[in-house]
Amino acid sequence: MSTRTFGARIERNVDPKLLRGEGAFVDDIPLPDALHVAFLRSPHARARINSIDTKAAKANPGVVAVYTSDDIGALDIEMPLLIPHPSMTNPQTQRPLARGDVHYVGQTVAMVVAVDRYVAEDATALIEVDYTPLPVEMDMAKALSDGAPLVHATVPNNLAAHFVQTSGDPDGAFAAAEHVTKITVQVDRSTAAPMECRAVAARWEAVTGELTMWDGTQAPISVRGGLASVFGIDEDKVRVIAPDVGGGFGQKVLLFYPDELLVPMAAMQLGRPVKYIEDRRENFIGSSQERTQIHTIELAALKSGEVIGLRDFFLHDTGAFIPYGIAVAQVASTSIAGPYRIPNIFVEFKAVYTPTVQVTPYRGCGRPQACFALERAMDQLAQELGLDRFEIRRRNLIADHQFPYAREGLLFADGLKVTLDSGQYARALAMAATELGAEDFATVQAKALSEGRYLGLGLACYVEGTGLGPYEGGHVKIHPITGKVYVNTGLSTQGQGHDTVFAQIVADQLGVSPQDVIVVEGDTKAFDWGVATFASRAAVVSGNAIHKTAITVRNKVLQAAANMLDIDVESIELRDSAAWVKGSNRFVPLAAIATASNPLRYAFNKAAQAATQFAPSSKHDGPPLAEGEVPGLEATDYYSPSQSTWAYGVHAAIVEVDPGLCTVKIRKYVCIHDCGNMINPMLVEGQVMGGIAQGIGGALYERLDYQADGNLANASLMDFLVPYATEIPDVSILHLETPSPLNPLGVKGVGEAGCIAVGAVVASGVEDALRPFGALKFRQVPLSPTMIADALEQVRH
Amino acid sequence: MTRMMKGTTPVRSADAQTEVELTVNGEVVRRIVSLRMLLSDFLRHELGLTGTHVGCEHGVCGCCTVLIDGKPGRSCLTLAVQANGYQIRTIESVASADGTLHPVQQAFKECHGLQCGYCTPGMVMNILGRFEEKEPLDLSDDGIRELLSGNLCRCTGYLNIIAAVRRAAELLGRTA
Amino acid sequence: MKPSIFGYQAPTTLDEAISLLAGDPDAAVLAGGQTLLPAMNFRAANPSLLVDIQHIDGLRSIVVGAEAIVVKAMVRHREFELDADVRRVNPLIAEVMQHVAHIPIRNRGTVVGSLCHADPSAEMPLLLVLLGGSVIVQGLSGSREIAAEKFFQSFLTTARSHDEIVVEARFPLLPPMAGWAFDEVTRRHGDYAVVGVGCVLSLDESSRASGVRLAACGIADRPVRLKEAETVLNGTALGTSDLDAAVAASMAAVTQPDDINVSASYRRRALGTLIRRMVAKAAQRAQMAEVAS
Ligand SMILES: Cc1cc2nc3c(=O)[nH]c(=O)nc-3n(C[C@H](O)[C@H](O)[C@H](O)COP(=O)(O)OP(=O)(O)OC[C@H]3O[C@@H](n4cnc5c(N)ncnc54)[C@H](O)[C@@H]3O)c2cc1C
Ligand code: FES
Ligand code: FES
Repeated sequence: MSTRTFGARIERNVDPKLLRGEGAFVDDIPLPDALHVAFLRSPHARARINSIDTKAAKANPGVVAVYTSDDIGALDIEMPLLIPHPSMTNPQTQRPLARGDVHYVGQTVAMVVAVDRYVAEDATALIEVDYTPLPVEMDMAKALSDGAPLVHATVPNNLAAHFVQTSGDPDGAFAAAEHVTKITVQVDRSTAAPMECRAVAARWEAVTGELTMWDGTQAPISVRGGLASVFGIDEDKVRVIAPDVGGGFGQKVLLFYPDELLVPMAAMQLGRPVKYIEDRRENFIGSSQERTQIHTIELAALKSGEVIGLRDFFLHDTGAFIPYGIAVAQVASTSIAGPYRIPNIFVEFKAVYTPTVQVTPYRGCGRPQACFALERAMDQLAQELGLDRFEIRRRNLIADHQFPYAREGLLFADGLKVTLDSGQYARALAMAATELGAEDFATVQAKALSEGRYLGLGLACYVEGTGLGPYEGGHVKIHPITGKVYVNTGLSTQGQGHDTVFAQIVADQLGVSPQDVIVVEGDTKAFDWGVATFASRAAVVSGNAIHKTAITVRNKVLQAAANMLDIDVESIELRDSAAWVKGSNRFVPLAAIATASNPLRYAFNKAAQAATQFAPSSKHDGPPLAEGEVPGLEATDYYSPSQSTWAYGVHAAIVEVDPGLCTVKIRKYVCIHDCGNMINPMLVEGQVMGGIAQGIGGALYERLDYQADGNLANASLMDFLVPYATEIPDVSILHLETPSPLNPLGVKGVGEAGCIAVGAVVASGVEDALRPFGALKFRQVPLSPTMIADALEQVRH
Repeated sequence: MTRMMKGTTPVRSADAQTEVELTVNGEVVRRIVSLRMLLSDFLRHELGLTGTHVGCEHGVCGCCTVLIDGKPGRSCLTLAVQANGYQIRTIESVASADGTLHPVQQAFKECHGLQCGYCTPGMVMNILGRFEEKEPLDLSDDGIRELLSGNLCRCTGYLNIIAAVRRAAELLGRTA
Repeated sequence: MKPSIFGYQAPTTLDEAISLLAGDPDAAVLAGGQTLLPAMNFRAANPSLLVDIQHIDGLRSIVVGAEAIVVKAMVRHREFELDADVRRVNPLIAEVMQHVAHIPIRNRGTVVGSLCHADPSAEMPLLLVLLGGSVIVQGLSGSREIAAEKFFQSFLTTARSHDEIVVEARFPLLPPMAGWAFDEVTRRHGDYAVVGVGCVLSLDESSRASGVRLAACGIADRPVRLKEAETVLNGTALGTSDLDAAVAASMAAVTQPDDINVSASYRRRALGTLIRRMVAKAAQRAQMAEVAS
C-alpha cells in the first residue's frame, strides 16, 4: 500500500470477529468456578437504615457470602471526588455499600455472592433491612429552599455547587440592548442505556499475588491505579482489562462504581473468581445518568438581530452524589454562547442534590442543554424581531477570519481557556439551508397546510469542545517475524473503531496496509500510561500521540533500511510493507529490517534469513547495541493538547406534526458537521449518526420518569423508550473539513457531536409546524404527545 | 488475600434440575439444567456459545435473538427446559467453517453496520431468519425498518444497518 | 433479572394440565412465554409451577369455519397473521397483527396467551371484543364458552377460573361487504397501544351505515365496545356532525388515568381522532367493496 489511507473509507479490522459472535465481552470470558454477585438495593429514595439482618440470606443454599458496610473493612470509605472544584460546598460521594443512610432508590445496601446469579438474587430478597423512610423533594427549585428535605444532612439547602463565570461586560451589554428576549427551558433526565450493561469480573492468584480484573470500563488504567492503592498492591500486580465493551457513552467511566471495588475484594477473600453482570434494571437505577437542567436565558440584542450579550442562570440536577464535580454543568456553561460571537456573557448555575442516581457525563455532557437553551432563545429572538431563523444566526456567527476566537474569562472543564480554534460556520449554515431546501420551504409548507398537513422547519447550531487533555500515549512496534505493526494506547474502545483509525494513521507512516496494523488497547499489561475514553478525545489525543510515535518509528525504519541497502535515507520510500530504493526494484521487507534491528536474531524464520542478505542495519563500532540505541523498531511517545479543539455543526429538519394524535414525524433531517480532518469518513458518519439517533431519543422519547417519592417509574427498556429503527428517519450528513491548527493531524473530536442539537431542532420544527394554531411554545424535551396536546388545548384545538 | 486454600465444602443451590436434549447448530446436546435456567444462559454458559448476547432479559432489545426451529425468537424469554427438543441456531453457525462471512455478515462489514457489536449477533439472526422465511420480503426502507424493529442498537443510529440489509439482499440475489 | 424458583411440567393431555393447575393455586399456564417470562425475570410474577401446554395434542390449529375462525391455544401470533385463509375471510386480522410487538415476539407469543393476559392496551383482546368473539375454556367442571365482553373483566383479569385453560378463541368472520379499519398510537412502533381503535361497518344502498362496531383499547381497564357511538352512527351517512356526536358519546369511556406515557386528556383526544379516522376508513372500504361487487 502506498496510497494514503488517512481520509479513506476503510472497513474495520474488528468487524469479522464481532460478526461471527467471537467478541469477548466481560461476561464472555470463561472463568471456571466463578461466583456471582447480586446487590440488595435501596427501595427508598431517602431513609435511615436501622438494622440489616443477613442471616436468612447466608443460610440460603448456594450462597457463599453476604456483605454489608460492616463487612468490607477498609473499603467502607467515601469514593473519590474525581474533579475537585472550589465552587462545591462539602462535595458528597457514595460509599460502596450504604452506611447509615440511603440517598436514592437503587443505592447498594448489601452484596450477595453465590454460586450463580439466580441464587444470588434469591438471597437479596432474604436480607431484612429495617428502614425509617425520610421525606424527599424531587423539584430542584423547591429543594433549594429553606426547610426542604435534605439529601445529605450535612449539606444545607441541597446546594451542591454554585458558580458564576463572566466574559466581557454583560451588564453594559444589557444596558445598551435595543431588545431583550428571555426564555426558560428544560431538558429532562436521561441515561446512556448502552446495550451491554456494566460488567466486572475478577480473579485473584494467591500464589503470584496478582489481581486481574475484566471491567467494561472506559478507563482501565485509572481503575488499575485505584485498585492498587485501595488494596495496597503494586500496580504491576494489578491488571485491568477492558475487553470488548458494548457501548459506553460516558456511563462506563467512574472511579468507582461499588462493584468495581467489591468484586475484586470478594475474589481475594473467597479465593474464587467473582463476576458481577449488571442487569438492565440495575443499569437504570444504579448507573450514572445525566441531563436535567432548567435554564433561564436572556439575550441582549440590537434591532439588527446582533446579540451583544447573554445572561443565563440554570439549575443543574447532580443526583445524590457529585463524583465528577461540576464537569457537566461547567461544560454547559462554557458552551452557552455556541458558535455566535456574543462578546458579553454572564452564566451562573446552582448544582442541586436530588435523591436520584448520581449524575455524571452522558454523551453530550451539558452541551445538549446549553444548545437547547441558546437555540430556543435565538428562535424566539428571531420571531420577536421579525427575522428569518437562518438570517439571525447568519448575523451572529463567528466569521472565518475571527479564529481563534477566545471567550476571555470562561474556563472549560479542563480548566483551560475557551478558545474556538477554527471553522467555517457561515458556510455550514448555508449548506444546511441548501440541503434542506429552506428557500422553497414556505411554499411546500403552505401547500401541505392546504392539504391539512402540518410541516415545520427546525434548525439549530452547536459547538463542541473536544479532545480534552491531559495526555495520552502511543506505542508502535514492528514485529520482527511477521512485519506486522503492533500499536498500543491507554484508551479503551466501546465500538468507535479506534483500532481502524489508529491503524490508518500508522499505516500511512510505515507503508503498510491498515489490516497489518494490530491495535491493542484497554489492557494495562499492554500499555499503562494514559487517561481514558471520554470527551470525544480519542482521535485527537491518542491519535496524535500515535502519529508522533509512528513518525519516530518511520525514521528508524528509514535509517536502518538505508544502512541495509547501503544508500542514503532520502532515497528510501516505504510501501507494501517494505523499504524500497526509489525508482528501483531493490527493497528490504519491514520484517527483515525489524529482525536486523535486533542484535539477537532468531535464525529460524524467513525474515531472519532475508536480513542476512543485507548490510547491517546499524553502522557503528563496539558492542552490538550502541550506547543509547534500543533494539528493534519501536517507540513510545505522548501527546498533550494545549487546549480543546472545537468542532461544530448545523442541524436542520422538516418535521410533520399530526395534531389529532400529537405525533411528530421527522420528514427530512440534515446534518452539516465539521470535525477537522477526517481520518475515516465512514466511521465519522457512524459516530455522528449514532449521536443523532440518541439525540432523537432525547428529543421525543427518552425520559427517566422519577415519581414524587423518588421511585423511577420506567426502569426498563419496555418503558424507557430507546428508539428502534422505525423511529429513526433518514439523515443526510454532509462534511466540512476545517483542520484544527492545534495538532499535527488537524483533527477534532466527533464522538458526542451528533446528539447535541437534535432537541433544539425538533422543538423548533414542532413550533413552526403548529404556528397555524397560534404561537405555541415548546420549551422542554423530550417533547411528548401529551405536551403537544396540552399546548393545543390551551389554544382550544 | 490469604494464600491458604479455601475449604472445599461444596456450595450448591437447591434448584431442581432436569435433563434436556436439543439440537444446537446442528449438533445434539444433552445437559442437566436447573428448571429455571433461561435459554440465553444455557447457550452462553452451559455451551459456551457467548455470541448470543443479553441486553435486557425482558424481550425488548433483541440482543439475545436466535433461531428457534428456524424462526427468530428471544432466548431470554425461553426456558432451557421449554426448548427441550427444539432446533436452535446461534450466530456461531452463520459464517463458514473457515471463517468466511455469510453475505448478511459481509454486508454489515461493508456498510459499517456495527460499532460496539453487542447488538450485532441478534440483528444478524433476526435478519437471517427473515431471509430464510418463505414470506416475501419488503425491501423498501419502511419494510426494512419494520424488519429491524424489535432489535435495539444504541451505537449506529440504524441507517447503516438498513443499508446492510439492502446490501445483503443484493448479495443473496433477493429482490422480495 | 432471573426468575425465582418454580416447578415445571409439560403434560401431553389437557386433563393432565387441568389437574396440575387445579392442584396448585400458584401454578400458571405457560404458552409462548412472551409475557409471563419477562414478568418472571422481573420477579413481578413468581408462580410455583409452570404448566407448559406446548406439547398437548390438538392445540395448534387454525380452522376457518362458516361463522368464525377458531384459533387453538398454541397458535402463535405470526401463524395467525400469515394464514392465507384468515387473510381472505378477515383481512382486518392481519392489519391488527402487524401492530402486536415485533416479529420475533410474534413468532413465539400466542394469540390465546395474549387474550388470557388481558392487558387493556393489547390489540388481541380489542379484536375479540370488536368482532364479538368468544373463548372456550376447559376446567375441572368441563368446558364453557365465554363471550369476549364477559371474558375481559378488568386490568389483567379475566373470567377464567384458576383451573381452566383457554383451549381456543373464536373470531367471527366479517359480514359480507363490510368495511373495516384498525389503527393505534404507540410511543414506539411495536409497543403496546397507547390508544387503539377498530371499526367494522356496512353501508346500505343509500350509503347509510349499519351494523357499526367500534371498540378501543388503552382507554380503560379492559378493551371496550363504544356502544353509544355505534348507536349514534347507525343509520347516518357518517357526516362530520355524526362523527362529532359519536366522538362526544365516547369520551366517558376513557377511564384510564394519567400514566407514564400520556395523560387522560391526551387519550380522549387520540380516541376522538382515531374514531373519526377509522370510521372514515372503514366506510371507504365498504364503499370499495360495494363497487367491486
Ligand atoms: C417486547 C415485547 C413487546 C410486546 N408488545 C406487545 C404489543 O404491542 N401488543 C400486545 O398485545 N402484546 C405485546 N407483547 C406481548 C405478546 O403479545 C405476548 O405474546 C402475549 O401477550 C402473550 O402470549 P404468550 O403465548 O407469550 O403467553 P404467556 O406469556 O405464555 O402467558 C401469558 C399469560 O396468559 C396465561 N395463559 C397463556 N395461555 C393460556 C391458556 N391457554 N389458558 C389459560 N391461561 C393462559 C399465562 O398463564 C400468563 O398469565 C409484547 C411482548 C414483548 C416481550
Ligand atoms: S436480552 Fe432478550 S430481548 Fe433483550
Ligand atoms: S453496535 Fe453497539 S449496540 Fe449496536
